[in-house]
Amino acid sequence: MSGARRRERLVGRLAPYLLGLPAIVWLAVFFLIPLALMLVKALQECNPATGVCVMTWHWSSLSDAWTNSSTIIFRSVTYAAIATVIDLVLSFPIAYWIAFYAGRRKNFFLIMLLVPFFVSFVIRTVIWKFLLSSDGLVVHSLQALHLVSSDYQILGTTGAVIAGLAYNFLPFTALPLYVSLERLNPALLEASHDLYAGRITTFRRVVLPLCAPGIFAAFLLTFIPAFGDYVNQQVLGGFGNTMVGTVIQNLFLVNNDFSAGSALSVIVMGISLIGIVIYGRLLGSKSIGDFV
Amino acid sequence: MRSTRGRWLGLYSWLLLAYLLVPIIGMVFFSFNDVLAGRPQVSFQWNGGTLRWYRELTHIVGLPESFWLSIRLAVASTIVATIVGTLLALALVRYEGKKFRGRRIVDQTLFMNIAAPEIVMGASLLGMFASYHIARGFTTLLISHAVFSLAYVTVTVRARLQGFDRHLEEAAGDLGSTPLTTFRLVTLPMIMPGVLAGAMMAFALSLDDFVVSNFVAGTTLPFPVWVYGATRMGVPPQVFVFGTLIFLLGAAAAIGSLVMSRRGMKRT
Repeated sequence: MSGARRRERLVGRLAPYLLGLPAIVWLAVFFLIPLALMLVKALQECNPATGVCVMTWHWSSLSDAWTNSSTIIFRSVTYAAIATVIDLVLSFPIAYWIAFYAGRRKNFFLIMLLVPFFVSFVIRTVIWKFLLSSDGLVVHSLQALHLVSSDYQILGTTGAVIAGLAYNFLPFTALPLYVSLERLNPALLEASHDLYAGRITTFRRVVLPLCAPGIFAAFLLTFIPAFGDYVNQQVLGGFGNTMVGTVIQNLFLVNNDFSAGSALSVIVMGISLIGIVIYGRLLGSKSIGDFV
Repeated sequence: MRSTRGRWLGLYSWLLLAYLLVPIIGMVFFSFNDVLAGRPQVSFQWNGGTLRWYRELTHIVGLPESFWLSIRLAVASTIVATIVGTLLALALVRYEGKKFRGRRIVDQTLFMNIAAPEIVMGASLLGMFASYHIARGFTTLLISHAVFSLAYVTVTVRARLQGFDRHLEEAAGDLGSTPLTTFRLVTLPMIMPGVLAGAMMAFALSLDDFVVSNFVAGTTLPFPVWVYGATRMGVPPQVFVFGTLIFLLGAAAAIGSLVMSRRGMKRT
Protein backbone atom coordinates (compact mmCIF):
# COMPACT_ATOMS: atom_id res chain seq x y z
CA MET A 1 0.00 0.00 0.00
CA SER A 2 2.66 2.45 1.06
CA GLY A 3 4.78 1.35 -1.90
CA ALA A 4 1.92 2.15 -4.24
CA ARG A 5 1.46 5.54 -2.63
CA ARG A 6 5.16 6.29 -2.87
CA ARG A 7 5.10 5.36 -6.52
CA GLU A 8 2.11 7.60 -7.02
CA ARG A 9 3.91 10.49 -5.37
CA LEU A 10 6.98 9.87 -7.52
CA VAL A 11 4.85 9.91 -10.65
CA GLY A 12 3.23 13.11 -9.41
CA ARG A 13 6.60 14.74 -8.96
CA LEU A 14 7.86 13.59 -12.33
CA ALA A 15 4.63 14.49 -14.13
CA PRO A 16 5.63 17.95 -15.41
CA TYR A 17 8.87 16.58 -16.83
CA LEU A 18 7.19 13.56 -18.38
CA LEU A 19 4.49 15.73 -19.96
CA GLY A 20 6.98 18.26 -21.20
CA LEU A 21 9.67 15.79 -22.22
CA PRO A 22 8.71 15.21 -25.88
CA ALA A 23 8.39 18.93 -26.57
CA ILE A 24 11.54 19.83 -24.65
CA VAL A 25 13.56 17.20 -26.51
CA TRP A 26 12.08 18.28 -29.84
CA LEU A 27 12.85 21.96 -29.20
CA ALA A 28 16.33 21.21 -27.90
CA VAL A 29 17.36 18.91 -30.74
CA PHE A 30 15.70 20.72 -33.63
CA PHE A 31 15.77 24.33 -32.49
CA LEU A 32 18.48 25.08 -29.91
CA ILE A 33 21.17 22.70 -31.15
CA PRO A 34 20.86 23.89 -34.78
CA LEU A 35 21.23 27.48 -33.56
CA ALA A 36 24.34 26.52 -31.56
CA LEU A 37 25.73 24.64 -34.55
CA MET A 38 25.12 27.70 -36.68
CA LEU A 39 27.32 29.77 -34.37
CA VAL A 40 29.98 27.05 -34.52
CA LYS A 41 29.77 26.91 -38.30
CA ALA A 42 30.19 30.66 -38.50
CA LEU A 43 33.58 30.25 -36.82
CA GLN A 44 34.65 27.45 -39.13
CA GLU A 45 36.24 27.52 -42.53
CA CYS A 46 34.16 25.53 -45.01
CA ASN A 47 35.08 24.22 -48.39
CA PRO A 48 32.09 25.02 -50.62
CA ALA A 49 32.96 22.25 -53.08
CA THR A 50 33.28 19.36 -50.62
CA GLY A 51 31.24 20.78 -47.75
CA VAL A 52 33.94 19.86 -45.25
CA CYS A 53 34.35 22.38 -42.42
CA VAL A 54 37.37 22.93 -40.21
CA MET A 55 37.24 24.80 -36.92
CA THR A 56 39.39 27.91 -37.19
CA TRP A 57 37.84 30.12 -34.48
CA HIS A 58 37.60 32.92 -36.98
CA TRP A 59 35.58 35.37 -34.93
CA SER A 60 36.42 37.81 -37.68
CA SER A 61 33.96 36.02 -39.97
CA LEU A 62 31.18 37.63 -37.93
CA SER A 63 32.62 41.10 -38.30
CA ASP A 64 33.33 40.38 -41.99
CA ALA A 65 29.73 39.38 -42.51
CA TRP A 66 28.69 42.59 -40.81
CA THR A 67 30.94 44.85 -42.91
CA ASN A 68 30.01 43.06 -46.13
CA SER A 69 26.30 43.27 -45.54
CA SER A 70 25.71 46.23 -43.24
CA THR A 71 24.10 48.27 -46.03
CA ILE A 72 21.75 45.42 -46.85
CA ILE A 73 20.99 44.82 -43.17
CA PHE A 74 20.16 48.49 -42.60
CA ARG A 75 18.02 48.43 -45.71
CA SER A 76 16.15 45.34 -44.49
CA VAL A 77 15.58 46.90 -41.08
CA THR A 78 14.29 50.08 -42.73
CA TYR A 79 11.90 48.26 -45.09
CA ALA A 80 10.59 46.07 -42.29
CA ALA A 81 10.17 49.08 -39.98
CA ILE A 82 8.27 51.07 -42.61
CA ALA A 83 6.03 48.10 -43.38
CA THR A 84 5.36 47.59 -39.65
CA VAL A 85 4.44 51.25 -39.12
CA ILE A 86 2.15 51.17 -42.18
CA ASP A 87 0.49 48.04 -40.80
CA LEU A 88 0.03 49.52 -37.33
CA VAL A 89 -1.56 52.66 -38.78
CA LEU A 90 -3.75 50.74 -41.24
CA SER A 91 -4.91 48.08 -38.84
CA PHE A 92 -5.54 50.15 -35.71
CA PRO A 93 -8.90 51.54 -36.94
CA ILE A 94 -10.18 48.14 -38.06
CA ALA A 95 -9.07 46.47 -34.82
CA TYR A 96 -10.79 49.26 -32.88
CA TRP A 97 -13.93 48.93 -34.97
CA ILE A 98 -14.14 45.15 -34.59
CA ALA A 99 -13.51 45.40 -30.84
CA PHE A 100 -16.05 48.13 -30.10
CA TYR A 101 -18.56 48.32 -32.95
CA ALA A 102 -18.87 44.92 -34.60
CA GLY A 103 -21.08 43.49 -31.85
CA ARG A 104 -22.20 39.98 -32.59
CA ARG A 105 -20.45 39.77 -35.93
CA LYS A 106 -16.98 39.99 -34.33
CA ASN A 107 -16.03 36.45 -35.25
CA PHE A 108 -17.12 36.96 -38.83
CA PHE A 109 -14.88 39.99 -39.25
CA LEU A 110 -11.95 38.28 -37.57
CA ILE A 111 -12.21 35.44 -40.04
CA MET A 112 -12.43 37.95 -42.88
CA LEU A 113 -9.11 39.35 -41.66
CA LEU A 114 -7.65 35.86 -41.85
CA VAL A 115 -8.97 35.06 -45.32
CA PRO A 116 -5.72 36.04 -47.06
CA PHE A 117 -4.03 33.24 -45.14
CA PHE A 118 -6.21 30.70 -46.88
CA VAL A 119 -4.24 31.44 -50.01
CA SER A 120 -0.61 30.54 -50.06
CA PHE A 121 1.79 33.35 -49.22
CA VAL A 122 3.76 32.70 -52.40
CA ILE A 123 0.65 32.77 -54.61
CA ARG A 124 -0.53 36.02 -53.00
CA THR A 125 2.79 37.63 -53.77
CA VAL A 126 2.83 36.28 -57.34
CA ILE A 127 -0.63 37.75 -57.94
CA TRP A 128 0.55 41.14 -56.71
CA LYS A 129 3.39 40.84 -59.19
CA PHE A 130 0.86 40.51 -61.99
CA LEU A 131 -1.36 43.28 -60.65
CA LEU A 132 1.56 45.70 -60.30
CA SER A 133 3.31 44.84 -63.58
CA SER A 134 3.56 47.42 -66.37
CA ASP A 135 0.58 45.98 -68.23
CA GLY A 136 -1.24 45.09 -65.01
CA LEU A 137 -4.40 46.50 -63.51
CA VAL A 138 -2.88 49.06 -61.15
CA VAL A 139 -0.50 50.77 -63.55
CA HIS A 140 -3.12 50.74 -66.32
CA SER A 141 -5.73 52.39 -64.12
CA LEU A 142 -3.31 55.06 -62.96
CA GLN A 143 -2.31 55.74 -66.56
CA ALA A 144 -5.94 55.87 -67.71
CA LEU A 145 -6.56 58.54 -65.08
CA HIS A 146 -3.44 60.38 -66.32
CA LEU A 147 -2.02 60.31 -62.83
CA VAL A 148 1.25 58.85 -64.00
CA SER A 149 3.28 58.90 -67.19
CA SER A 150 3.25 56.05 -69.71
CA ASP A 151 6.65 54.71 -68.66
CA TYR A 152 5.67 54.58 -64.99
CA GLN A 153 6.76 51.45 -63.17
CA ILE A 154 5.82 49.97 -59.82
CA LEU A 155 7.22 46.49 -60.11
CA GLY A 156 10.86 46.25 -59.19
CA THR A 157 10.81 49.38 -57.06
CA THR A 158 11.41 49.67 -53.33
CA GLY A 159 7.80 50.82 -52.98
CA ALA A 160 6.55 47.52 -54.40
CA VAL A 161 8.66 45.52 -51.94
CA ILE A 162 7.45 47.52 -48.93
CA ALA A 163 3.84 47.37 -50.15
CA GLY A 164 4.13 43.61 -50.52
CA LEU A 165 5.54 43.24 -47.02
CA ALA A 166 2.82 45.47 -45.59
CA TYR A 167 0.12 43.53 -47.41
CA ASN A 168 1.35 40.09 -46.40
CA PHE A 169 1.83 40.83 -42.71
CA LEU A 170 -1.16 43.10 -42.07
CA PRO A 171 -3.33 40.45 -40.38
CA PHE A 172 -0.43 39.65 -38.05
CA THR A 173 -0.60 43.25 -36.84
CA ALA A 174 -4.37 43.58 -36.77
CA LEU A 175 -5.11 40.46 -34.72
CA PRO A 176 -2.89 41.14 -31.67
CA LEU A 177 -4.05 44.77 -31.68
CA TYR A 178 -7.63 43.55 -31.67
CA VAL A 179 -6.94 41.17 -28.78
CA SER A 180 -5.54 43.94 -26.58
CA LEU A 181 -8.28 46.43 -27.56
CA GLU A 182 -10.93 43.85 -26.82
CA ARG A 183 -9.62 43.53 -23.27
CA LEU A 184 -9.77 47.29 -22.79
CA ASN A 185 -12.63 48.33 -20.54
CA PRO A 186 -14.79 50.97 -22.32
CA ALA A 187 -15.52 52.50 -18.91
CA LEU A 188 -11.92 53.71 -18.84
CA LEU A 189 -12.53 55.73 -22.01
CA GLU A 190 -15.62 57.28 -20.42
CA ALA A 191 -13.71 57.99 -17.23
CA SER A 192 -11.01 59.70 -19.25
CA HIS A 193 -13.67 61.77 -21.00
CA ASP A 194 -15.29 62.67 -17.66
CA LEU A 195 -11.92 63.87 -16.45
CA TYR A 196 -11.86 66.33 -19.37
CA ALA A 197 -9.34 64.49 -21.52
CA GLY A 198 -9.79 65.19 -25.20
CA ARG A 199 -9.93 62.39 -27.72
CA ILE A 200 -6.27 62.66 -28.58
CA THR A 201 -5.22 62.74 -24.94
CA THR A 202 -7.40 59.74 -24.20
CA PHE A 203 -5.85 57.88 -27.10
CA ARG A 204 -2.33 58.80 -26.07
CA ARG A 205 -2.61 58.29 -22.33
CA VAL A 206 -5.23 55.56 -22.00
CA VAL A 207 -5.63 53.53 -25.18
CA LEU A 208 -2.00 53.36 -26.29
CA PRO A 209 -0.47 52.29 -22.95
CA LEU A 210 -3.11 49.61 -22.49
CA CYS A 211 -2.46 48.37 -26.01
CA ALA A 212 1.27 48.02 -25.42
CA PRO A 213 1.19 44.21 -25.25
CA GLY A 214 -0.74 44.11 -28.53
CA ILE A 215 1.68 46.51 -30.18
CA PHE A 216 4.56 44.39 -28.93
CA ALA A 217 3.02 41.20 -30.31
CA ALA A 218 2.33 43.00 -33.59
CA PHE A 219 5.97 44.07 -33.77
CA LEU A 220 7.07 40.53 -33.10
CA LEU A 221 4.80 38.99 -35.72
CA THR A 222 5.30 41.66 -38.39
CA PHE A 223 8.70 43.27 -38.05
CA ILE A 224 10.74 40.13 -37.42
CA PRO A 225 9.33 38.05 -40.31
CA ALA A 226 9.41 41.08 -42.63
CA PHE A 227 13.05 41.69 -41.69
CA GLY A 228 14.05 38.17 -42.73
CA ASP A 229 11.66 37.87 -45.68
CA TYR A 230 12.97 37.45 -49.18
CA VAL A 231 9.95 36.27 -51.13
CA ASN A 232 8.51 39.77 -51.49
CA GLN A 233 11.86 41.16 -52.53
CA GLN A 234 12.56 38.37 -55.01
CA VAL A 235 9.12 38.48 -56.61
CA LEU A 236 8.26 42.18 -56.41
CA GLY A 237 11.63 43.84 -56.14
CA GLY A 238 14.52 44.32 -58.50
CA PHE A 239 18.13 45.38 -58.41
CA GLY A 240 19.15 47.75 -55.68
CA ASN A 241 16.62 46.65 -53.09
CA THR A 242 18.10 43.29 -52.10
CA MET A 243 17.23 42.28 -48.56
CA VAL A 244 19.31 40.27 -46.12
CA GLY A 245 17.10 37.19 -46.50
CA THR A 246 17.99 37.00 -50.19
CA VAL A 247 21.68 37.12 -49.37
CA ILE A 248 21.42 34.35 -46.76
CA GLN A 249 19.38 32.19 -49.09
CA ASN A 250 21.90 32.61 -51.89
CA LEU A 251 24.86 31.90 -49.61
CA PHE A 252 23.30 28.64 -48.47
CA LEU A 253 21.48 27.37 -51.52
CA VAL A 254 23.36 28.89 -54.46
CA ASN A 255 26.95 29.45 -53.32
CA ASN A 256 26.97 26.55 -50.85
CA ASP A 257 28.97 28.77 -48.52
CA PHE A 258 27.61 27.54 -45.20
CA SER A 259 30.22 29.37 -43.17
CA ALA A 260 29.44 32.86 -44.49
CA GLY A 261 25.71 32.06 -44.52
CA SER A 262 25.84 30.99 -40.89
CA ALA A 263 27.78 34.10 -39.90
CA LEU A 264 25.16 36.35 -41.49
CA SER A 265 22.32 34.31 -39.95
CA VAL A 266 23.89 34.71 -36.51
CA ILE A 267 23.92 38.47 -37.06
CA VAL A 268 20.27 38.48 -38.18
CA MET A 269 19.28 36.42 -35.15
CA GLY A 270 21.26 38.72 -32.88
CA ILE A 271 19.64 41.86 -34.32
CA SER A 272 16.20 40.31 -33.94
CA LEU A 273 16.82 39.42 -30.29
CA ILE A 274 18.31 42.83 -29.50
CA GLY A 275 15.35 44.47 -31.22
CA ILE A 276 12.90 42.41 -29.17
CA VAL A 277 14.61 43.22 -25.88
CA ILE A 278 14.87 46.97 -26.60
CA TYR A 279 11.31 47.14 -27.86
CA GLY A 280 10.04 45.22 -24.85
CA ARG A 281 11.86 47.60 -22.49
CA LEU A 282 10.50 50.64 -24.32
CA LEU A 283 6.98 49.40 -23.88
CA GLY A 284 7.69 48.78 -20.21
CA SER A 285 7.11 45.07 -20.12
CA LYS A 286 8.31 43.36 -16.98
CA SER A 287 9.35 40.11 -18.54
CA ILE A 288 9.46 38.74 -22.02
CA GLY A 289 7.43 35.81 -20.77
CA ASP A 290 4.37 38.08 -20.43
CA PHE A 291 3.90 37.88 -24.14
CA VAL A 292 4.36 34.21 -24.72
CA MET B 1 -21.69 61.53 -32.76
CA ARG B 2 -20.52 58.13 -31.65
CA SER B 3 -22.51 56.45 -34.38
CA THR B 4 -21.08 58.66 -37.16
CA ARG B 5 -17.61 57.74 -36.00
CA GLY B 6 -18.68 54.09 -36.02
CA ARG B 7 -19.99 54.44 -39.55
CA TRP B 8 -16.77 55.96 -40.86
CA LEU B 9 -14.73 53.31 -39.12
CA GLY B 10 -17.02 50.67 -40.58
CA LEU B 11 -16.62 52.02 -44.09
CA TYR B 12 -12.86 52.09 -43.65
CA SER B 13 -12.83 48.54 -42.30
CA TRP B 14 -14.81 47.20 -45.23
CA LEU B 15 -12.46 48.93 -47.67
CA LEU B 16 -9.45 47.43 -45.92
CA LEU B 17 -11.02 43.97 -46.03
CA ALA B 18 -11.73 44.44 -49.73
CA TYR B 19 -8.08 45.36 -50.27
CA LEU B 20 -7.00 42.21 -48.43
CA LEU B 21 -9.25 40.18 -50.71
CA VAL B 22 -7.95 41.61 -54.03
CA PRO B 23 -5.38 38.89 -54.79
CA ILE B 24 -7.74 36.12 -53.72
CA ILE B 25 -10.51 37.31 -56.00
CA GLY B 26 -7.92 37.67 -58.74
CA MET B 27 -6.74 34.12 -58.21
CA VAL B 28 -10.21 32.54 -58.23
CA PHE B 29 -11.34 34.62 -61.21
CA PHE B 30 -8.26 33.94 -63.32
CA SER B 31 -8.32 30.22 -62.57
CA PHE B 32 -11.12 30.23 -65.18
CA ASN B 33 -9.11 32.25 -67.69
CA ASP B 34 -8.40 30.60 -71.03
CA VAL B 35 -4.99 30.64 -72.69
CA LEU B 36 -5.08 31.23 -76.44
CA ALA B 37 -1.62 30.37 -77.67
CA GLY B 38 1.73 29.07 -76.59
CA ARG B 39 2.67 27.17 -73.47
CA PRO B 40 -0.18 27.56 -70.97
CA GLN B 41 0.71 30.03 -68.24
CA VAL B 42 -1.27 32.51 -66.20
CA SER B 43 -1.70 36.01 -67.49
CA PHE B 44 -4.03 38.75 -66.38
CA GLN B 45 -5.35 39.38 -69.87
CA TRP B 46 -8.91 38.02 -69.95
CA ASN B 47 -9.23 35.50 -72.79
CA GLY B 48 -12.66 34.13 -72.00
CA GLY B 49 -13.84 31.67 -69.38
CA THR B 50 -12.99 27.98 -69.39
CA LEU B 51 -13.05 25.01 -67.07
CA ARG B 52 -10.10 23.53 -68.89
CA TRP B 53 -7.61 23.94 -66.02
CA TYR B 54 -9.99 22.23 -63.63
CA ARG B 55 -10.29 19.31 -66.05
CA GLU B 56 -6.55 19.22 -66.72
CA LEU B 57 -5.71 19.65 -63.06
CA THR B 58 -3.20 16.81 -62.96
CA HIS B 59 -1.56 17.44 -66.32
CA ILE B 60 1.43 19.38 -65.04
CA VAL B 61 4.32 17.15 -64.04
CA GLY B 62 5.29 17.66 -60.41
CA LEU B 63 2.45 19.96 -59.42
CA PRO B 64 -0.14 17.43 -58.15
CA GLU B 65 2.64 15.57 -56.35
CA SER B 66 3.78 18.73 -54.59
CA PHE B 67 0.19 19.51 -53.62
CA TRP B 68 -0.33 16.08 -52.04
CA LEU B 69 3.03 16.31 -50.38
CA SER B 70 1.97 19.60 -48.78
CA ILE B 71 -1.30 18.09 -47.54
CA ARG B 72 0.42 14.99 -46.12
CA LEU B 73 3.10 17.14 -44.55
CA ALA B 74 0.54 19.49 -42.97
CA VAL B 75 -1.48 16.57 -41.54
CA ALA B 76 1.59 14.79 -40.15
CA SER B 77 3.25 17.88 -38.67
CA THR B 78 -0.08 19.03 -37.18
CA ILE B 79 -0.53 15.69 -35.41
CA VAL B 80 2.98 15.76 -33.98
CA ALA B 81 2.92 19.44 -32.99
CA THR B 82 -0.56 19.25 -31.47
CA ILE B 83 0.13 16.24 -29.26
CA VAL B 84 3.59 17.32 -28.15
CA GLY B 85 2.59 20.98 -27.76
CA THR B 86 -0.55 20.22 -25.76
CA LEU B 87 1.37 18.04 -23.32
CA LEU B 88 3.89 20.81 -22.79
CA ALA B 89 1.09 23.35 -22.26
CA LEU B 90 -0.39 21.08 -19.57
CA ALA B 91 2.97 20.83 -17.84
CA LEU B 92 3.54 24.60 -17.98
CA VAL B 93 0.14 25.59 -16.61
CA ARG B 94 -0.15 22.91 -13.94
CA TYR B 95 3.26 22.95 -12.37
CA GLU B 96 4.80 26.14 -11.14
CA GLY B 97 7.80 27.08 -9.03
CA LYS B 98 9.66 24.17 -7.52
CA LYS B 99 7.38 21.61 -9.04
CA PHE B 100 8.76 22.31 -12.49
CA ARG B 101 12.39 23.34 -12.46
CA GLY B 102 13.58 24.82 -15.71
CA ARG B 103 10.13 26.17 -16.51
CA ARG B 104 11.59 29.60 -17.26
CA ILE B 105 14.09 28.18 -19.72
CA VAL B 106 11.31 26.32 -21.52
CA ASP B 107 9.27 29.53 -21.56
CA GLN B 108 12.12 31.51 -23.05
CA THR B 109 12.86 28.82 -25.62
CA LEU B 110 9.23 28.95 -26.75
CA PHE B 111 9.44 32.70 -27.01
CA MET B 112 12.66 32.55 -29.00
CA ASN B 113 11.14 29.93 -31.26
CA ILE B 114 8.23 32.23 -32.11
CA ALA B 115 10.44 35.28 -32.41
CA ALA B 116 13.24 33.74 -34.48
CA PRO B 117 13.15 34.85 -38.11
CA GLU B 118 12.10 31.93 -40.30
CA ILE B 119 15.18 32.32 -42.44
CA VAL B 120 17.42 31.73 -39.42
CA MET B 121 15.46 28.62 -38.44
CA GLY B 122 15.59 27.26 -41.98
CA ALA B 123 19.28 28.01 -42.37
CA SER B 124 20.23 26.50 -39.01
CA LEU B 125 18.23 23.32 -39.69
CA LEU B 126 19.82 22.97 -43.11
CA GLY B 127 23.23 23.44 -41.51
CA MET B 128 22.54 20.67 -39.01
CA PHE B 129 21.10 18.25 -41.55
CA ALA B 130 24.07 18.87 -43.81
CA SER B 131 26.65 18.40 -41.02
CA TYR B 132 25.20 15.02 -40.08
CA HIS B 133 24.62 14.01 -43.71
CA ILE B 134 20.90 13.61 -43.23
CA ALA B 135 19.25 13.41 -46.63
CA ARG B 136 16.69 16.13 -47.18
CA GLY B 137 13.13 15.03 -47.87
CA PHE B 138 9.81 14.33 -46.18
CA THR B 139 11.38 13.54 -42.79
CA THR B 140 13.41 16.73 -42.59
CA LEU B 141 10.35 18.72 -43.71
CA LEU B 142 8.20 17.05 -41.05
CA ILE B 143 10.76 17.70 -38.31
CA SER B 144 11.11 21.36 -39.28
CA HIS B 145 7.38 22.03 -39.66
CA ALA B 146 6.64 20.44 -36.28
CA VAL B 147 9.33 22.65 -34.71
CA PHE B 148 7.81 25.94 -35.81
CA SER B 149 4.19 24.85 -35.18
CA LEU B 150 4.81 23.41 -31.72
CA ALA B 151 5.31 26.72 -29.92
CA TYR B 152 2.14 28.18 -31.43
CA VAL B 153 0.12 25.15 -30.32
CA THR B 154 1.55 25.37 -26.79
CA VAL B 155 0.76 29.08 -26.50
CA THR B 156 -2.78 28.64 -27.80
CA VAL B 157 -3.61 25.66 -25.58
CA ARG B 158 -2.03 27.32 -22.57
CA ALA B 159 -4.19 30.42 -22.99
CA ARG B 160 -7.22 28.17 -22.89
CA LEU B 161 -5.98 26.16 -19.90
CA GLN B 162 -5.39 29.21 -17.75
CA GLY B 163 -9.09 29.86 -17.34
CA PHE B 164 -9.76 26.25 -16.45
CA ASP B 165 -11.39 25.30 -13.14
CA ARG B 166 -9.21 22.66 -11.52
CA HIS B 167 -11.89 21.80 -8.99
CA LEU B 168 -13.67 19.85 -11.70
CA GLU B 169 -10.73 17.47 -11.92
CA GLU B 170 -10.52 17.17 -8.17
CA ALA B 171 -14.23 16.40 -8.09
CA ALA B 172 -13.73 13.65 -10.66
CA GLY B 173 -10.90 12.24 -8.52
CA ASP B 174 -13.08 12.33 -5.41
CA LEU B 175 -15.72 10.42 -7.29
CA GLY B 176 -13.22 7.61 -7.83
CA SER B 177 -12.08 8.37 -11.35
CA THR B 178 -8.51 7.42 -12.26
CA PRO B 179 -6.22 10.20 -13.55
CA LEU B 180 -6.43 8.83 -17.07
CA THR B 181 -10.22 8.70 -17.06
CA THR B 182 -10.34 12.19 -15.60
CA PHE B 183 -8.10 13.41 -18.38
CA ARG B 184 -10.23 11.73 -21.04
CA LEU B 185 -13.66 12.69 -19.67
CA VAL B 186 -13.02 16.04 -17.98
CA THR B 187 -9.78 17.74 -19.03
CA LEU B 188 -9.72 16.90 -22.71
CA PRO B 189 -13.29 18.03 -23.52
CA MET B 190 -12.66 21.31 -21.70
CA ILE B 191 -9.41 22.14 -23.49
CA MET B 192 -10.61 20.77 -26.83
CA PRO B 193 -11.45 24.19 -28.34
CA GLY B 194 -7.91 25.38 -27.56
CA VAL B 195 -6.39 22.19 -28.95
CA LEU B 196 -8.46 22.50 -32.13
CA ALA B 197 -7.51 26.16 -32.55
CA GLY B 198 -3.85 25.23 -32.09
CA ALA B 199 -4.16 22.36 -34.56
CA MET B 200 -5.79 24.61 -37.16
CA MET B 201 -3.00 27.11 -36.73
CA ALA B 202 -0.36 24.39 -37.09
CA PHE B 203 -2.06 23.09 -40.22
CA ALA B 204 -2.27 26.55 -41.80
CA LEU B 205 1.35 27.39 -40.89
CA SER B 206 2.60 24.17 -42.42
CA LEU B 207 0.53 24.41 -45.60
CA ASP B 208 1.65 27.96 -46.19
CA ASP B 209 5.28 27.69 -45.21
CA PHE B 210 7.83 28.61 -47.82
CA VAL B 211 11.01 29.92 -46.21
CA VAL B 212 11.88 26.98 -43.94
CA SER B 213 10.69 24.43 -46.52
CA ASN B 214 12.87 25.97 -49.19
CA PHE B 215 15.92 25.25 -47.04
CA VAL B 216 15.11 21.71 -45.92
CA ALA B 217 13.14 20.36 -48.89
CA GLY B 218 15.98 19.18 -51.12
CA THR B 219 14.28 17.79 -54.22
CA THR B 220 11.00 16.99 -52.43
CA LEU B 221 9.11 20.19 -53.19
CA PRO B 222 6.03 21.19 -51.20
CA PHE B 223 3.40 23.24 -53.03
CA PRO B 224 4.64 26.78 -52.13
CA VAL B 225 8.22 25.88 -53.02
CA TRP B 226 7.09 24.39 -56.33
CA VAL B 227 5.08 27.54 -57.17
CA TYR B 228 8.00 29.76 -56.25
CA GLY B 229 10.25 27.77 -58.58
CA ALA B 230 7.65 28.04 -61.34
CA THR B 231 7.51 31.85 -61.16
CA ARG B 232 10.79 32.03 -63.07
CA MET B 233 9.50 30.18 -66.12
CA GLY B 234 5.84 31.17 -66.07
CA VAL B 235 3.14 29.88 -63.74
CA PRO B 236 0.84 27.20 -65.20
CA PRO B 237 -2.87 28.05 -64.72
CA GLN B 238 -3.38 24.90 -62.65
CA VAL B 239 -1.51 26.62 -59.82
CA PHE B 240 -4.49 28.96 -59.43
CA VAL B 241 -6.85 25.97 -59.42
CA PHE B 242 -4.90 24.32 -56.61
CA GLY B 243 -4.75 27.68 -54.84
CA THR B 244 -8.52 27.97 -55.14
CA LEU B 245 -8.94 24.46 -53.74
CA ILE B 246 -6.76 25.27 -50.73
CA PHE B 247 -8.71 28.49 -50.26
CA LEU B 248 -12.03 26.59 -50.26
CA LEU B 249 -10.60 24.09 -47.77
CA GLY B 250 -9.57 26.91 -45.44
CA ALA B 251 -12.86 28.75 -45.87
CA ALA B 252 -14.80 25.56 -45.08
CA ALA B 253 -12.74 24.99 -41.93
CA ALA B 254 -13.26 28.62 -40.86
CA ILE B 255 -17.02 28.53 -41.45
CA GLY B 256 -17.17 25.22 -39.62
CA SER B 257 -15.41 26.65 -36.57
CA LEU B 258 -17.64 29.75 -36.71
CA VAL B 259 -20.79 27.61 -36.70
CA MET B 260 -19.40 25.48 -33.90
CA SER B 261 -18.56 28.50 -31.74
CA ARG B 262 -22.08 29.92 -32.37
CA ARG B 263 -23.59 26.66 -31.20
CA GLY B 264 -21.33 26.65 -28.16
CA MET B 265 -22.45 30.19 -27.33
CA LYS B 266 -26.11 29.27 -27.60
CA ARG B 267 -25.68 26.38 -25.23
CA THR B 268 -24.24 28.48 -22.44
